[in-house]
Amino acid sequence: MAKRIDVSGLHVYYGDFLAVEDVSMTIEPRSVTAFIGSSGCGKSTFLRTLNRMHEVTPGARVQGKVMLDDQDIYAPDVDPVAVRREIGMVFQRPNPFPTMSIYDNVIAGAKLNNKRLSKSEADDLVERSLRGANLWDEVKDRLGKPGAGLSGGQQQRLCIARAIAVEPAVLLMDEPCSALDPISTLAIEDLISKLKESYTIVIVTHNMQQAARVSDVTAFFNLAGTGKPGKLIEMGETNKIFTKPEKKETENYITGRFG
Amino acid sequence: MISKEDSPTTTRAPEGGARVPKGKRRAGDVIFAGGAQGSGILILAILAGVAAFLVIQSFDSLMANTANFFTTSEWDPNVREEPAFGVAALAFGTVLAAAIALLIATPVAIGIALFIVYYAPRRVAAVLGYVVDLLAAIPSVVYGLWGIGWLVVELGPFYQILEEYLGFIPLFAGPISTTGRTMLSAGIVLAVMILPIITAMSRDVFQQVPQAHREAALALGATRWEMIRMAVIPFGRPGIIGGAMLGLGRALGETMAVAMILSPSLVISWFLLQSGNQTIAAHIALQYPEATGYGVSALIAAGLVLFAITLVVNMAARFVVSRRKEFS
Repeated sequence: MAKRIDVSGLHVYYGDFLAVEDVSMTIEPRSVTAFIGSSGCGKSTFLRTLNRMHEVTPGARVQGKVMLDDQDIYAPDVDPVAVRREIGMVFQRPNPFPTMSIYDNVIAGAKLNNKRLSKSEADDLVERSLRGANLWDEVKDRLGKPGAGLSGGQQQRLCIARAIAVEPAVLLMDEPCSALDPISTLAIEDLISKLKESYTIVIVTHNMQQAARVSDVTAFFNLAGTGKPGKLIEMGETNKIFTKPEKKETENYITGRFG
Repeated sequence: MISKEDSPTTTRAPEGGARVPKGKRRAGDVIFAGGAQGSGILILAILAGVAAFLVIQSFDSLMANTANFFTTSEWDPNVREEPAFGVAALAFGTVLAAAIALLIATPVAIGIALFIVYYAPRRVAAVLGYVVDLLAAIPSVVYGLWGIGWLVVELGPFYQILEEYLGFIPLFAGPISTTGRTMLSAGIVLAVMILPIITAMSRDVFQQVPQAHREAALALGATRWEMIRMAVIPFGRPGIIGGAMLGLGRALGETMAVAMILSPSLVISWFLLQSGNQTIAAHIALQYPEATGYGVSALIAAGLVLFAITLVVNMAARFVVSRRKEFS
């Protein structure tokens, strides 16, 4: 299920503007990798290139290579739609479909892959996904109600349930807790530790404590200067990054001297 | 010394409860609020005035009518003794013409709006947007001229094909009208007329679909079409219905284009390719100059029916939209 991501020499451009420069990294399966760094350093941009979501932005393009196990996701014959079915994404703001019930939200993606989902299969999938997202007990009596009626934290877990219902290999999370209160954040963090048993998880966060709490590996991104592209400065075991970073820039950032 | 119970927050609300302390009333606020309120009342007054006028003015003829107003098709009110007239055929024709127009225009309009917002290159989209707005501004008499002068002629061969292959369906049964001045022609011209309104409204709602919802669909591995079906159309549904209702309103009330195209007869006929049928609005326009006796009053009664049809249709649409309100 979970797969390794191997990035080598990746540049991201918006038109002629180089936004992220020369990133190479390996993201291990069944682990949580956190991207930290100040705003605008390209970590979200880079994250979106891992499932080709950046292609939604006009003018955005990449150079370099991203391998998902032994599959090059930028190979000419690869359909971005297929890539996204394998690499799911959770966004900064919870975005359940407002016109759908909780139930329909969960199976929305699965229905795309399998048009002839029988009622009992769908029921199973909904329960399994909602249990997987630690949401089942809270919503099992109101599956027909609109997803937008849940609290922010519940909505975000609904979005996670929706993402894992497609059974992806990798789950990308773009600041999934930044719009949530501390209790809901805790619920999501618990969930992340559980999910990493079966998925490769990449999480972008502004919150260094969060990175320290949930991740096994941390990657620090920074800008070389204003108007310059973002870069991967250092990547390593979370413990090591937060106690004995190799680079001065990393140390400055995690000790709060800037950012 | 003030005790805790007597803290300033409790003294703020006197015995009346929720009375808010009065701020200074500024002249500008008062004038603006008054003006806005006045305008709001004015529109209600106009609506009530129109309704009252229709009811009062039609009263005479309805009382004198010797036939059942709702089930009769003949129109013979232009006498002083025993007028007999009914609105059955007219109401049927009105609804039929509008329904044909809506059935043709709505899917096309949604298609155009989706193309403008999600498929067309930016410059093409801008030009198309202008053209759509321009179409909406063309007076209906021009559409009418275009309809009789060009469309009914060009549609002739198409009608023959329809009759030949689909003639077994009563709607398309022959013999087809040689002039082409049929219900289907009127419906098609009306469809062209209401197309821009529905398109413009749909385009506006499609543009408002939040990026977050579109990305949610794409991130689940939806293709562009699946994204549109999953996130865009459900979100835009109330707007599409709203646009369709505006279009329907125009189609129900359209006078000139229909009066010019349709060769009228007061029968209830499902044969779209044969001449026949008439709409209320066109009938009023054509009959008014020659109305004598109870004629004018009877025409106003027909107008009242048109008014009621429009009201009912709009309320039904609102009901459809509000039924799923919690999901939007």
